[in-house]
Amino acid sequence: MQIDRIAEPWGTRTPYGPGEDWPTRVDTHLTDGVAAEDVDRWVQSATILHSNGDGLDIAVKDGEIVGVRGRAEDRVNHGRLGPKDLFGWQANKSPDRLTKPLIRRNGELVETDWDTAMDAVAGRAKELLAEQGPSAISFYTTGQLFLEEYYTLGLIAHGGIGTNHVDGNTRLCTATAAAALKESFGCDGQPGSYTDIDHADVIALFGHNMAETQTVLWTRVLDRLAGPNPPQVICVDPRETPVARAATVHLAPRPGTNVMLMNALLHEVIANGWVDEEYVQAHAVGFAELQQRVADYPPELAAQICDVPVEQIREAARIVGTAERLMSSVLQGFYQSHQATAAAVQVNNLHIIRGMLGKPGCGLLQMNGQPTAQNTRECGADGDLPAFRNWSNEQHVKDLAKVWNLDPMQIPHWSPPTHAMEMFRYAEEGSIRFMWVQATNPAVSLPELGRIREVLAQERLFLVVQDIFLSETAQLADVVLPAATWGEKTGTFTNVDRTVHISDKAVEPPGEARPDLDIFIDFSRRMDLQDKDGQPLVKWSTPEEAFEGWKECTRGRPCDYTGLSYEKLRGGSGIQWPCNEENPDGTEHIYVDGQFWSAPDYCESYGRDLVTGAPVSPVEYKALNPTGKAVLKAVEYLPPHEVVSQDFPFQLITGRTLYHFHTRTKTARAPQLQKAAPEVWVELSASDAADRGFTEGDLLEISTPRGRVEARLRISGIRPGVAFLPFHYGYWDEPSGHEPDGKRGRAANELTLTDWDPASKQPIFKTAAARVERLEKSTGQPSAAPTTTASRPVSGDVPPTVGGPAASATEELTTVSGGTR
Amino acid sequence: MKLGLAIEELHRSENHLARALLAASDRHKTDHEVFYVARDIARWSQDHVQALAAIGADYGVELDAEPEDDPGMLAGLRQKAAEAVGRRPEPGMLMLADLRHIHREAAGVSLDWELLAQAAQGAKQKKLLELAQRCHPETLRQMRWANGKLKASSTQVLVS
Repeated sequence: MQIDRIAEPWGTRTPYGPGEDWPTRVDTHLTDGVAAEDVDRWVQSATILHSNGDGLDIAVKDGEIVGVRGRAEDRVNHGRLGPKDLFGWQANKSPDRLTKPLIRRNGELVETDWDTAMDAVAGRAKELLAEQGPSAISFYTTGQLFLEEYYTLGLIAHGGIGTNHVDGNTRLCTATAAAALKESFGCDGQPGSYTDIDHADVIALFGHNMAETQTVLWTRVLDRLAGPNPPQVICVDPRETPVARAATVHLAPRPGTNVMLMNALLHEVIANGWVDEEYVQAHAVGFAELQQRVADYPPELAAQICDVPVEQIREAARIVGTAERLMSSVLQGFYQSHQATAAAVQVNNLHIIRGMLGKPGCGLLQMNGQPTAQNTRECGADGDLPAFRNWSNEQHVKDLAKVWNLDPMQIPHWSPPTHAMEMFRYAEEGSIRFMWVQATNPAVSLPELGRIREVLAQERLFLVVQDIFLSETAQLADVVLPAATWGEKTGTFTNVDRTVHISDKAVEPPGEARPDLDIFIDFSRRMDLQDKDGQPLVKWSTPEEAFEGWKECTRGRPCDYTGLSYEKLRGGSGIQWPCNEENPDGTEHIYVDGQFWSAPDYCESYGRDLVTGAPVSPVEYKALNPTGKAVLKAVEYLPPHEVVSQDFPFQLITGRTLYHFHTRTKTARAPQLQKAAPEVWVELSASDAADRGFTEGDLLEISTPRGRVEARLRISGIRPGVAFLPFHYGYWDEPSGHEPDGKRGRAANELTLTDWDPASKQPIFKTAAARVERLEKSTGQPSAAPTTTASRPVSGDVPPTVGGPAASATEELTTVSGGTR
Repeated sequence: MKLGLAIEELHRSENHLARALLAASDRHKTDHEVFYVARDIARWSQDHVQALAAIGADYGVELDAEPEDDPGMLAGLRQKAAEAVGRRPEPGMLMLADLRHIHREAAGVSLDWELLAQAAQGAKQKKLLELAQRCHPETLRQMRWANGKLKASSTQVLVS
């Protein structure tokens, strides 16, 4: 069956009932003129333009990628792929790919050879180490490399250079996921499993527009909704997302009030006696304090602060409070908002007090946004120590030093790792003088871009950018290193439900582009980084050797990979960690029977104060949680830091759309995706538009004290008083290159404020006060926002988003009842 | 009984702590976490000031319920000054000094609450004891914040 997968992002329904296997549907897209039988080779991999980790095969013909096909045998997707996966691979062969290293000479970036480029990088690093020490050196990485690369990077940065300044752009996307799990369970690692969707009777999505961020996972939910005994869906989102439209109850709170709402939900659950007291008694600490805290948050108060009808809060509380198998997921609506960790932790609290953990259907996912973000966190490339070791536990540091054959003193652990926002602050005041950015684009993705551009452009900062395109950030670099990407190198990565996939090399990288792993190892050799016996610090030169090194590092830790190998990952489905001798086929549910990884001598973190961010001391933690239970953390609601005023009457939130990923470096180079969402837009509600006499397609200026953006208006189902801007659009495909041309830009982050959650250090993108004014009346042309998603227009005059013949994909449905597996 | 005196002293020291937090916040506007968190937790001290004024009446002391505040102009001036030197390394040392000061102030307030709680217990003053039990943990959190922030920031300031 041929389907336009731009017009039908979730494809055809394959309904199923609770406890049944999700039917298989194999999705394929091949480039025009190539049929499946023409393909030379199918090379195993998984998806990389979101965090879902769908197994796929890359089609290769004449040494080029010609398409993709979902893997029927994969536990994650049962053959399905999303629009970004079906079309996004075309970016690999874009003529814009970087094919040679670049170096700045007389103010201009010019082509050079690898030796010159790497000598410049290593030379500057050596100079600064001699002059200032490791505090001058920083690494800002991503959620899009492979496990082997992060682990090697972490080893080089922590063990070799000895710097504390290592973080990833995961700080912007999943730092709160990790922080919330550490607060409640003492350790990162997702309690849930995607199969929980097959069993759940209630699915609650907190600030998670799953329909657009994880299209295949949402397809699974849609198939449950279309089948017998469908689950009830709770949606918390200020926008009318596809999730909201499918929800039994849609709560659309004022941005910045999530903790108030969550405390009220918990208030109701406790007041109505929906607590699993036996479970709480046996497996949790902190219930009395939680009970006392949420007593002050009756639904009436939350209704007022959040501006949500009180009946809706009660109804939502009843549904989650009486669910038999509750599955929850949390994402950016909580993570990028005011009191991020505090709000996400309340979802954990809901699952703990209801005893909804470690059983089929009782999944809790603190969702990721990027394909390999879980590995950034596991491997220590986000600044944490590898394999969930605790930086404030001397024993863990010693143990790691043994794995790396180093003196423990060499591994920085005097204070928490420097988070990304702090690194930019140190660069701003001049104490960080070397920053190596990999596969991420801070000149578009960080808040308050005017400031970020100034920091990155400083003469005194040596900026290295390793990427596959000349991004806005790369344009500001001193050295640009061309990297190979997915399909051009081998490695593994892990999705949000702990499923590890292998991604094999299918084709050669263009020109002189190199795998990131090779670049790191080259750097280490040029720096002559050694272990304590004078041997090379990095003891591997291939991805598989790096993976074997990583396995040893994880032995006995929660994310135990020792039972996995490249061989085992090839041929079948992805496998969930922990995978070791006891669990050779991986582990679907962790935290079974209330067994947590939170014992003081084992846990990854002792936690932080959710308001001040102050780390909890080992002594305090031991007193609080001596026997390794789940920790219920109560927290008060604080008003947001930037509130609306007469001058700035709108609350501005930023976000994403189904068809693009990050700063569009790949998705804008896939014609079907770019055509579906070609330019920036701004969303307002019908009532706000009517009050001001605005109509669909009017050109508006959106401004905050930080900057101005212009965008065409889409009148959508967003809650009144809120303006939404997608954050994907920067300047690389505009004449100006890396910054606004003239006084108004199009990057949403021109407007956002520099503020972050004190516990997770995740920047806040969803609580700024803004002004909206009309620049130009529409001549009847609507805005170019997609109609299939949360930006669906309220008026019927907008032509629907379609992809046409170019966006056609094949679906092969399995009709055998009960599924094939 | 000298409980009134103890309440008066706490009222003074909490006011002082709130002002120290707000002044540090303004002085380090370019250090965004200090700027926002110091403001958030200054509110705790201001709330304590109000509660102390309310209960003070029962012990014969008349206290201002309105927390003392800096004139807005001074705050604005400090923020502007912070922005002017935001690209220079010197404010780092000043921040360490400010955090150290806050830690000491908060430690003093914490001791004051401890004394008041003990006295309230000794004199069987239930309401006063409850107030101390509600407020004192927040003082400890203010102290731990200053300590944690010092620990996280000092290395970079001192070794660079």
